[in-house]
Amino acid sequence: MKIGIPRALFYYEYYPFWKVFFEALGQQVVLSSSTNEALLKKGVALCVDDACLPIKSFHGHVADLADKVDAIFIPRIVSIEPQKYLCPKFLGLPDMIRNSIPKLPPLIDAELNLYKSKKGIKNHVIQIGDALNKNKTEVLRAYHKAASAQKKYKQFITTYKIAPCEILPDIDFKPPKQEESELHTASYPKVLLVGHHYNIYDTFLSMNLVAKLKRQHINLITTDMVSDSEIKKGAKKLTKDMFWTLGERSLGAAFYFLDKGELDGIIHVASFGCGPDSFVGELLERKIKRYYKIPFLYLTLDEHAAEAGFDTRLEAFLDVLEGRKVQ
Amino acid sequence: MKVTFPHMGNLYIVLESLFENLGTEVVVPPFCTKRTLELGVLHSPEFACLPLKINVGNFIEALENGADTIVMAGGIGPCRFGYYGEVEREILKDLGFDFKMVIVEPPKNNFLKLVSDIRVLTNRKQNSLKNIVKAAIIAWKKAILLDIADMKLSQIRPKEKIKGQTDKKYKEVIHKIKDIKKEAELDEYKAVMLETFDSIETIKDKTFPKIGIVGEIYTVLEPFVNLDIESELNSLGAEVYRSVYLTDWVRINLFPSFLKPKDYKEMLKLAEPYIKRFIGGHGQETVAQIASFAKNGFDGVIHLLPFTCMPEIVAKSAIPRVAKDYSIPVMTLVLDEHSAKAGVRTRLEAFIDMINQKKEMSEDNSYLSKIYHENSELDNKIVLSNK
Repeated sequence: MKIGIPRALFYYEYYPFWKVFFEALGQQVVLSSSTNEALLKKGVALCVDDACLPIKSFHGHVADLADKVDAIFIPRIVSIEPQKYLCPKFLGLPDMIRNSIPKLPPLIDAELNLYKSKKGIKNHVIQIGDALNKNKTEVLRAYHKAASAQKKYKQFITTYKIAPCEILPDIDFKPPKQEESELHTASYPKVLLVGHHYNIYDTFLSMNLVAKLKRQHINLITTDMVSDSEIKKGAKKLTKDMFWTLGERSLGAAFYFLDKGELDGIIHVASFGCGPDSFVGELLERKIKRYYKIPFLYLTLDEHAAEAGFDTRLEAFLDVLEGRKVQ
Repeated sequence: MKVTFPHMGNLYIVLESLFENLGTEVVVPPFCTKRTLELGVLHSPEFACLPLKINVGNFIEALENGADTIVMAGGIGPCRFGYYGEVEREILKDLGFDFKMVIVEPPKNNFLKLVSDIRVLTNRKQNSLKNIVKAAIIAWKKAILLDIADMKLSQIRPKEKIKGQTDKKYKEVIHKIKDIKKEAELDEYKAVMLETFDSIETIKDKTFPKIGIVGEIYTVLEPFVNLDIESELNSLGAEVYRSVYLTDWVRINLFPSFLKPKDYKEMLKLAEPYIKRFIGGHGQETVAQIASFAKNGFDGVIHLLPFTCMPEIVAKSAIPRVAKDYSIPVMTLVLDEHSAKAGVRTRLEAFIDMINQKKEMSEDNSYLSKIYHENSELDNKIVLSNK
C-alpha cells in the first residue's frame, strides 16, 4: 500500500521514524512535493483563512497527495512529552483536514499523546498497526527499528549541527567532511535561529533562510541542534512551566546560550498570527532587551511575504553583527 | 493590599463581593473604554489575542488608580490563556509598575490549593476556612443571579413594548445584586428579580427569531469586546441566548470533572464527527453548541472569536459542515482591535434579514436552505478576505 506523508509540519522532526516504521511494515512511503507556489496557493484556498502559514501549507501538501496514494498519514499529535502540549491546531489537525478537503483517501490519524506518560507511543504505533491490519508483534518490531533510526537522526543533528533541510528526505546520514564541520565555523559570528522546525527548514516558506545564513558565514545553531538537557536547563529561567513543547524549546535553547554568553545574535522566525509564538517571542524579546542586550531579529512569515524585503532586513541584521564584531 | 482583576462582563461584581467579604480592599478597573483598548494594544504583542490586550489595558488603568496586587487565573494549556499572567506581568514590569501578581492555577484535583491561593490574597489572618467558604458561596450565588439577569435581558429586550424599559430594569437589578450583603437576602431576591423582569410589557402577537451565540468565552461574555452584540441583535428583533455564562466558565474550568453537569458531556458528543477530541479552549464546545442550538429550534448562530484564537480556528474549519448537516445559518465574527460597530451592524442586519426571509418562506424551505448554504459559504469567503 502507498502511504502518503505530507512534507510539512512534523515531517522535519519525525520523518526518519515514519519512513522506517512504514517500510518495516511492508508499506511504500510517498512524500508530497517540496513546498512550492502552486502547492501553497492550493493550501491557502482550501484552508480556513485564519490559520497560520504552516497549517495552510499542510493543506496544500495533503491535496498534493490526495490522488497519488492509498492512504495519507496525518497523526493527531496531542503531546510529544509528558505534561506538555502542542498548539491546539495540531490537536485538531485531522479534523481540520477532513472539514476542509473533500475527496480524500482514507486518513491514518492515530493519536500521539505522551501527556500522561511516554508509554503513549506504544498506543500510537499500535493504532497505526490496526489501521494497516498488522499484528502487534510485527508492529512492535517495526517500532523498535523506527525508534532507533529516530534516535540516530536526533543525535546526528545535535552532534554535527546540521539542519534537517540539509539532509532530509535522505535518512542515510553521513558525517560531514572536516572543513564543513563546526571546527571551521568557530570563528564566525554565532547566531541562534529560534523558530518551529516546520517553518525554518521549509526552504520555500522560510525563503531559504538557513542556506542564506550559512552562505554569509554564520555559525548557525537552531533550536533542534540543542540537546534536551540543555533546553531543560535553559527553561529553568522561566517563572512558570511552559506548556508547549516547541515554545519551551525556543525559550530553553535561547536562555541556555544567552546565559553562557556565547551568542552574537538571535533570529526569531514566526508565522503570521502564530498563537504560541506571540507569547514566546514577546517573553524572549523583553528578556533580551532587559538583561542581555544582543541583536535580535524578528521575522514573520506569511503567504504574502516578499523575498526582497525579507533579505534587506536580514542583511541589516548581519551588518549589525559585523559592526559589533569590529568594535 | 489593594487587589484588582481583569474585566469580563459582570465578573467584577462577583470578585468584588468575594474579596470584600474576606476583608481585602478592591480596586475595580475602570470599565473598558477606547483608552483601555488603546493602552492594551500599544503594550501587548501584536499577535496576542484580544482578551490579553484588554487585560493589559484593565491592569494599567487599575494600577493607575492605586491597585497594587493583580489576581489572574492560570491554566495548563494548550490554549494561550494559561500563559496570560506570565506575559502580562513582564509587560507591566517593563512599564515600571510596582505590583504583585497572584496567578490562581485551576485546582483540577486539588481544591485546597485554590483555598490557599485565595488565602494569600486576604489581609486578615483570622480568615478561617469557614469564612472563605461563606464568602465563596455569596459570590457564587451572586454569579448565578447575574447570569439569570443576563439571560432575561437578551430574551425580553427585543419584545418590550416600551423601548428602553428592559435595560432600565436590568440596571436596577444589577445594582441590587451588587448591594446585597447577606446570603439569605440573595436567596429571597431571586423571586423579586424574576418578577421585575416578568412585569415588563411585551409584544405577544409576533414571533421573534432566536439566535444563539457561541465561541471563545471572553468574547462571548465581554460586551465591550463583542461590540455589544446581544444588544445589537435585540434591536434587530432577535432573541439571544448564549452558549456560556459566567457560572459555566467556573463549572468547566474550576470544578473537578466528576462535578461537571452530565448534559454538558452529552452535548460535547455532538462535536465528535467534526472535532474528535478536546483541543483546548472552547473549540469543541463551539461546534457542539451549534448543533445543540440547531436541535433546539434556533434560527441562527453567531460564532465569536478573537483574531488568531487557535482553538476557535479549528472550530471554524468545522462550521460549514455542521451548519450544513444541521441546516442552521452560522455567521463567524472575528474580533480584534480594528473591529468597528458599523461594519458589524451591517453584517448582523443582513444575517437577520436572511433569517426572517427564510422563516417567512418556510414552505419552500428545502430549496431556500440550499441557496442559503451556497451563499453563506461565498459570503464567508468574501467577508474574511476583506479582513
